[in-house]
Amino acid sequence: MSTLSRATDTDRWFMSLLVFDAIAVLAMAVVTWAGLLYAGDAVNLAGVEQVAQRIFYFHIGSNIAALLGFLGSVVGSIGYLVSRRMAWDRWAAASVEIGTVFGILVLLSGAIWAKPAWNTYWTWDPRLTTASITVLIYIAYMLFRNGFDDAETRARFASVYAMFAFLSVPLTYYSARLFRSIHPIVFDGGNEEAQGGFAIGPTMGQTLTMAMIGFALLFFALLFHRVRQLAFEDRLNAVQERVYE
Amino acid sequence: MAELSGAERVRSREGGVAAYLRRVWAVAEKDVRAEMRSKEVVGTMAAFALLAAVVFGLAFDLRVPRPELVVPGILWVIVLFAGVLGLHRSFGSEVERGTLAGLLLAPVERSAIFLGKAAANLLYFLIVEALLLPALLILFDVNLIEPFILLGLFLGTVGYVGVGTLFAALTSRNRAKETLLPVVLLPVLAPLFISGVGLTSVILDNRGTAEVWPWVGIIGLYDALVFAIAFLLVDVIWEQI
Repeated sequence: MSTLSRATDTDRWFMSLLVFDAIAVLAMAVVTWAGLLYAGDAVNLAGVEQVAQRIFYFHIGSNIAALLGFLGSVVGSIGYLVSRRMAWDRWAAASVEIGTVFGILVLLSGAIWAKPAWNTYWTWDPRLTTASITVLIYIAYMLFRNGFDDAETRARFASVYAMFAFLSVPLTYYSARLFRSIHPIVFDGGNEEAQGGFAIGPTMGQTLTMAMIGFALLFFALLFHRVRQLAFEDRLNAVQERVYE
Repeated sequence: MAELSGAERVRSREGGVAAYLRRVWAVAEKDVRAEMRSKEVVGTMAAFALLAAVVFGLAFDLRVPRPELVVPGILWVIVLFAGVLGLHRSFGSEVERGTLAGLLLAPVERSAIFLGKAAANLLYFLIVEALLLPALLILFDVNLIEPFILLGLFLGTVGYVGVGTLFAALTSRNRAKETLLPVVLLPVLAPLFISGVGLTSVILDNRGTAEVWPWVGIIGLYDALVFAIAFLLVDVIWEQI
């Protein structure tokens, strides 16, 4: 109890964050239940493929979180370049870190599903290409940040790098799309050569919505924690510098 | 006004496009002259490119029935890797010799420094590519010296040099320096690489020029966006020396 009250003294967001954490954990429990039990089977699939289809909810959920991470990095970087306030840079950095985790989950869950559905873990489909390149850019971004001692230089250069990443990701998608695509487009239905696709029933649609909301909540819970942590780190460094002087 | 010395007149940054291009040219000429004396970059890049062509020959010759299947990839991989080798010297040598501050204090726009350096790098790349294409012809018996491949290679190199020069400036301030450059550069170059390989394959497969234009379009768009963003952000990089 004493640690708790001390934490709330120094950080007024601590209690609300704790509540938000609880909501996110609860939401993820609901997503897991809905994805595995509540959602109906895909009637046009059979056997292993029918079971494997359920990974779709986690795949799309992670994808939403990874997308939020990508948007966060762009918004944070533009915000920093315009305002020159370190808070924006912390949002960008935290978005990338958490976006990377979810990006890797998207790739892994996709590969696990693709083996029964496409009979291969990996193919150079535009979405797969773009997702893997984006994760690699994120990893490069983190390594890049790591090598700067001066916080302001780090923020400036990382923002510039994020701008180029933002430009190259859609172009990667379009260039890879000029090659043939086999990824199912579930919401548009327009991909003739897609394999492993299925029509969405009512319980499946509800589960999908839950997954998107649940993963978004989880993303924001992790993001808030990481941003808060980075803010503490910066404050600690500032205090340290003052002490050394 | 007649009292202004030459340097002051340049510092006032007047004179429109022609004067701007003269400043770009001054930076490029400085780099090329330093390169002609030190022979640090082009020789290493060319040697690496030829070596890589031989290594790819050894790696694929025994396993691939028709070299046309792999040569587009080989061409672009070699350009990509040889380029990284040369690019980091663009600012690396300035940082090592402590001349970067002098360059930044010179009375020219930051964008002119960037463009001048990019122009010098473009020249190095084109020299290396001019050696690489005949080497691939000899080693793989595949003729890449076709107008559209040359166009794609030129446009791709322009975009590569644009991003590469800027990233070389970014990483020159980083502790990891040249180790980091390929890691940050290669994923951002993915659209260029995919389009370059796609374009080269279309020509080698004789699929007709109609299929070439989308690839040229993507590469051209990439180039335009790269230089637009570079112009917007180049001042951010050297805000403080």
